[in-house]
Amino acid sequence: MPELQSYTMNFGPQHPAAHGVLRLVLEMDGETIQKADPHVGLLHRATEKLAESKPFNQSIGYMDRLDYVSMMCNEHGYVLAIEKLLGITPPLRAQYIRVMYDEITRILNHLMWLGAHGLDIGAMSVFLYCFREREDLMDCYEAVSGTRMHATYYRPGGVYRDLPEQMPRFEPSKFRTEKELARMNEARSGSLLDFIDDFAQRFPACVDTYETLLTDNRIWKQRTVNIGVVSPERAMQLGFSGPMLRGSGIEWDLRKKQPYEVYDRVDFDIPVGVNGDCYDRYLVRIEEMRQSARIIRQCVQWLRENPGPVITDDRKVAPPKRVEMKDDMESLIHHFKLYTEGYCVPEGEAYAAIEHPKGEFGCYIVSDGANKPYRVKVRAAGFAHLAAMSEMVEGHMLADVVAVIGTQDIVFGEIDR
Amino acid sequence: MKARIQALAEKIEAQFGEQVRRLQTRCGELGYEIAPGQLVEVCTALRDTDGLDFQMLMDVCGVDYLTYGKDEWTTFDATETGFSRGVRRGQPGMEAHFAATTDVDGEPVKAPSRRFAVVYHLLSIRNNTRLRLVSYCEDDEYPMIDSVVDVWSSANWFEREAFDLFGILFRGHPDLRRLLTDYGFIGHPFRKDFPLIGEVEVRYDPDRRRVIYEPVSIEPRTLVPRVIRDDHRYEPQISDDASFREAGGNA
Repeated sequence: MPELQSYTMNFGPQHPAAHGVLRLVLEMDGETIQKADPHVGLLHRATEKLAESKPFNQSIGYMDRLDYVSMMCNEHGYVLAIEKLLGITPPLRAQYIRVMYDEITRILNHLMWLGAHGLDIGAMSVFLYCFREREDLMDCYEAVSGTRMHATYYRPGGVYRDLPEQMPRFEPSKFRTEKELARMNEARSGSLLDFIDDFAQRFPACVDTYETLLTDNRIWKQRTVNIGVVSPERAMQLGFSGPMLRGSGIEWDLRKKQPYEVYDRVDFDIPVGVNGDCYDRYLVRIEEMRQSARIIRQCVQWLRENPGPVITDDRKVAPPKRVEMKDDMESLIHHFKLYTEGYCVPEGEAYAAIEHPKGEFGCYIVSDGANKPYRVKVRAAGFAHLAAMSEMVEGHMLADVVAVIGTQDIVFGEIDR
Repeated sequence: MKARIQALAEKIEAQFGEQVRRLQTRCGELGYEIAPGQLVEVCTALRDTDGLDFQMLMDVCGVDYLTYGKDEWTTFDATETGFSRGVRRGQPGMEAHFAATTDVDGEPVKAPSRRFAVVYHLLSIRNNTRLRLVSYCEDDEYPMIDSVVDVWSSANWFEREAFDLFGILFRGHPDLRRLLTDYGFIGHPFRKDFPLIGEVEVRYDPDRRRVIYEPVSIEPRTLVPRVIRDDHRYEPQISDDASFREAGGNA
């Protein structure tokens, strides 16, 4: 009988655990992986090239569609780079709103990750709980921007509009009783801030629920402990960031180390792992959700006490109020110029990085002084993580590939761009 | 922050001397241009020297400077001739209004004389500093540069991407394959002379009963023309930041 040689296996791109469109070509020895070769680019839309052909503001919407589970954080990176080039600072209230929505986005992202990761390695019910909470956060998105996902809410110089005074409510319908309706609308009786506050108050208990399902679960531990171990040295070599880096025991968070917006004014902790395996990264992300809720509560409190403008009054960058345009010629001109030509950004280059839920989201913009960027480069965290796939799964079993894909928190929108 | 960058700049200039040339940067960033032949040597030193400790390479970005500083819409002489339509691409007469830009020392700054550049973004976790390195490829036809994969493993995919999108070859890269574009793709889509709409389109041909590639039938169009304007707000005389580069033209 001839001896069995190693063989090649194709994983994806239509595999439910491939998180979108990942195609992995695996070299296998029995059920052990010898080498993994990820083929990416199936979702490549040339976002960066498209951005070169449009005025600066028109590309904000494209940024939502990069990492489509943490939309506002992508916008933040892009907007921050433009602000750096223009040399403008948004009003304080806008900065607090951004921080609050960044943290809402972080919870959104981590809930999606937790649900999908659980589903991938055999825990069905977590997914359902996670999506229940996600729905509330989607409503926060909708209340402030009009859309559940692709918000286009952040603008250079601030945010598009202030938080609404009233949270949208469910309407009576023949499919639900009055009592049920009253229960659903209970948290929505006040403003958006009340709704967010209510969510941030009850969310830590929800995290406890997820933890009772997973943290001490024997099967969960068997699937994640000592899987995909990355040493701190390798994590740095491989360009890891975010929870992937912190899971390996490196205390590095841009919110603390290179604070942007008002992160230096809020109080929160950075969880750090010890072993650098999938389980530690799981624990890090779980704790990050709690910390995010903590930041949100602080932001809500500040925002309640401090009304004010939410976008810069520099009319060369931000449009004037609709009312002003009615009888002010200059406002009309500003509005016209902004929406036809856009604004010109001074020549130069800037790299702005934010702590995205997945890691460091950087935006490098080269401007030659035109109303469109000369070159936009998006540094996606997942890109560097996926590049390390082969190294992380080497010597593991086939089933562990799924665990590693899950722990990397891969979303193809940002990797393929 | 500023003092720390100054200290870092002094340290780098003392160590590398002629090998690096400081870039005109704004927004509190620090950047150096490195001759392509010395890239690996400098990078290794940046990673290993105490006090520099750039253990992480966060990003590698290719840039094509072919149309840098060129706009699509003439606005300077418009009083005599009226405004052009500004919607046709690649027409003659769309020269840069831009040639005589000057930097803080009054020296003229031009678009780089080389077409392709590779930009590296480094991060030192120990010192909490960032650094940008730029290296221009010597040949515009066959741009080639040394690979830094041996210095930082993360360069692997970033360089593959730059090769795929810009056609920059990385000498010594272990596995320089296309990354983002389709299997069998022709051309390098992020070059400035590659049309936004692409070269080919795909459809199912019922006669041949298979998917075929054809030249694109869509005409490229510009909705908002690219325009470069003099903005005196960004001039160094009235700006607080001394390193703020003048963005003005020759007017």
